[in-house]
Amino acid sequence: MQLFVFICAALMILIGAVGVIVRSHPVHAALSLVLTLFGVAVLFVAQDAHFLAAVQVIVYAGAIVVLFLFVIMLLGVDRAESLRIDPVKVQRPLAVIVGLGLFGLIGGAILEGRKTLIRRGTGLETATEVSHDSNIKQLANDLFSNHVFAFEVTSVLLVIAVVGTVLLARRPGKSGAVASAEELASSATAGKPS
Amino acid sequence: MISAITPTPVWYLILAALLFSIGAVGVLVRRNPLVMFMCIELMLNAVNLSFVAMAKALGDIGGQTTVFFVLVVAAAEVVVGLGIIVSILRKRPDATADDLAELKG
Repeated sequence: MQLFVFICAALMILIGAVGVIVRSHPVHAALSLVLTLFGVAVLFVAQDAHFLAAVQVIVYAGAIVVLFLFVIMLLGVDRAESLRIDPVKVQRPLAVIVGLGLFGLIGGAILEGRKTLIRRGTGLETATEVSHDSNIKQLANDLFSNHVFAFEVTSVLLVIAVVGTVLLARRPGKSGAVASAEELASSATAGKPS
Repeated sequence: MISAITPTPVWYLILAALLFSIGAVGVLVRRNPLVMFMCIELMLNAVNLSFVAMAKALGDIGGQTTVFFVLVVAAAEVVVGLGIIVSILRKRPDATADDLAELKG
């Protein structure tokens, strides 16, 4: 049964991943990405990472891919890109060789180091009849005890990302966002007397 | 027999390596900046998958905590990256990665 789940999820992941890089239409690539993300979520469940599987579906498939599709539709770039044009003559074959070499290197390292994959931690708690949410509890205990500082820094990162995106996405004035902010202020003060 | 074979952590790691390589090839061959971004997401997912496999194999919840942070950083990265791509593509709707050299002042 576990073998069956693994093979199905692996097929989903690989078909989706190949779809992302060979489909010429950006919308099709985004939908292939959804297939891959769902496959990864299935493997998360198979590895007792139930909370992360849910977050994977909600954040990746739900938010990030929708954001991609939104940008594609918003900008009207949803037309097929011709894959025939090869900007640099040998780029495609070289890229495939680089990919195969990368896979060979990582795979070799994994096979070489597989002896070190020995259980050494306290072990993952799996869902039982008594507690169905043990994975969430264990994750929360680790997150809010050992990594609480990193968790707080994450909030700063998100605030910076939001502010940066607002600055980037705003239509700039004559000389950038700062100038447009000053313009806004001056127009507000100028508009007051009238 | 065949159903008695259970996937070992090495299988998951090899699958993650394959996914990472496909993503890397995608970044190298595609010219649409949006699709290159999706390929980066593929590579991030490959790393997440290997983190979770390691957490299971080593019996340590720390791997899953790391995946949590990777998810947050990936979300922030997508937001900022798409903001940059939107502001580029708004000027030139058919810009490819080759044209981004024009960003230099």
